[in-house]
Amino acid sequence: MDGISFSVKKGELFGLLGPNGAGKTTTINMLSTLLTPNGGHAEIVGFDVRKSRDEVRRSIGIVFQEPALDSQLTGRENLYFHARMYGLDRKTRDERIKEVLELVELTVKADVLVGKYSGGMKRRLEIARGLIHMPKVLFLDEPTLGLDAQTRRHIWEYIKKLNRESEVTIILTTHYMEEADYLCDRVAIIDQGRIVAMDTPSKLKDVLGGDVICLELEGDAENFMRHVKSLKWVKTVKMHDGNLCLTTERGEKRIPELVCDAPKKGVNVLSVNLRKPSLEDVFLHFTGKTIREEDAGRNNWNRELMRRRHGG
Amino acid sequence: MINPTAVYVLWLREMKRFVRAKSRIVGMLVMPLLFLVFLGFGFTSFSIPGSPADISYIDFLVPGIIGMGLLFTSMFAGISVLWDREFGFLKEIMVAPVNRVSIVLGRIAGGTTTGLVQGVLLLLISLLMGFRIAGLFPFLLAIVFMVLIATTFIGLGLIFASRMKDMQGFSLIMNFIIFPLFFLSGALFPVENLPGWIRYVSYIDPLTYGVDGMRGALIGISSLPVVYNFAISIGFSLFMVLLGAYFFEKSESV
Repeated sequence: MDGISFSVKKGELFGLLGPNGAGKTTTINMLSTLLTPNGGHAEIVGFDVRKSRDEVRRSIGIVFQEPALDSQLTGRENLYFHARMYGLDRKTRDERIKEVLELVELTVKADVLVGKYSGGMKRRLEIARGLIHMPKVLFLDEPTLGLDAQTRRHIWEYIKKLNRESEVTIILTTHYMEEADYLCDRVAIIDQGRIVAMDTPSKLKDVLGGDVICLELEGDAENFMRHVKSLKWVKTVKMHDGNLCLTTERGEKRIPELVCDAPKKGVNVLSVNLRKPSLEDVFLHFTGKTIREEDAGRNNWNRELMRRRHGG
Repeated sequence: MINPTAVYVLWLREMKRFVRAKSRIVGMLVMPLLFLVFLGFGFTSFSIPGSPADISYIDFLVPGIIGMGLLFTSMFAGISVLWDREFGFLKEIMVAPVNRVSIVLGRIAGGTTTGLVQGVLLLLISLLMGFRIAGLFPFLLAIVFMVLIATTFIGLGLIFASRMKDMQGFSLIMNFIIFPLFFLSGALFPVENLPGWIRYVSYIDPLTYGVDGMRGALIGISSLPVVYNFAISIGFSLFMVLLGAYFFEKSESV
């Protein structure tokens, strides 16, 4: 990590968005006292993460990227273990375990060994566990990594509901653009250990100004790009993978002009794509590459596959 | 500073896992019993140099085999921190608002209890093979030595677990630490029979004193007086537990 700085408001749902290896998990590990930062300063609800470790630990709940459950215990026993470790008395313990099990809809499966749980059930159990001791801040490290689309939707709904109803502050990391866009009040985009942009998803997308038009070209694309840059209504232009991507307001009105201009500049337009900007475009705008390329470059695909195979 | 609830709940977790893993209970009895049966009956007519004629080899062997069983399970209990790291559960333990000493004590309590279950079961089974215990006090004294052996090697296991990143090195530890500790301890034969310099090596093996102490307690013959064995074993136990706790405290959990 390289001199990152951010603050999260009480009750906010804050996202750290970036490719694998950008330093998101390291950030979480430092904020949750698992790693000692070798410089800088961080506070959780007013407690210094280096000096007041136990107070910090008591104030936070955390769901790790890899499962951190004892598979030889039942779901309820895992929750019981956690509740005792956090010093809850018997009455509170019983109440809270019942409540969180209901929240994540695992009451029926509570007395089954965790080893027999599916990936989605494990993740839900971990979220429930992170909430037992009523933390003020909940960390979710890649909460939907390796889950199927349907389970991911479910988890998203839990997270939203949780944030709304219990007013817990949530800090989540993700490399899924849709996840950050859908869930977070504010997003910090992290790349190579730095925060390159931080704002609400809609404001981040506004930076690009309107719609994104991507043209697949054949011929002297460089020349055409110079031409496009000179057009007044174009806000930003980027060449990416032989595609020319530009942003503008009311993109649908500009396509005919672009397509007509192209032959005059010695290029053929093979295809046109118009869309509302996503956080992916924002990431591309700030870092000059897509988040998928970053991931591919780091060869993390294999790791993710492994994780899934081992029941992540 | 020590958090009794945390120690208890960590102990409870070990017990639940232990009771559920039937294969583990069988596994930790089978190997010592094979040694006991085959060596005990195989060498039945051998006499131990310098011991009274009414002490048979099997009597001599029982305390040694209990020591061996405890050595293996206790080292394993200490090293099992690595499994928790492998399966992520260590992080759950480490972010809890509980100091590291309590975590170490919880693990030692769990490992020692399973060790005691094993030791007592082996002792009971050996009764079927003709072994005799002189009375309640020798039995309790043997239990004390079992506790000391268990804590010593759980501590040693923790030291290794804190220095290792994954399970790759486990077979090395098995071959270069656990088996030498076993053979050097005099579990199978009196250490006095070993040639000069190897005998001196056996004197720095904590198990030597544990086994010798148990032998003194149970069958009344030992190289050193039982009190000496007791004192030295306590020293080793404290030393290993403190060092294990120190290394565990220093190790990163991620």
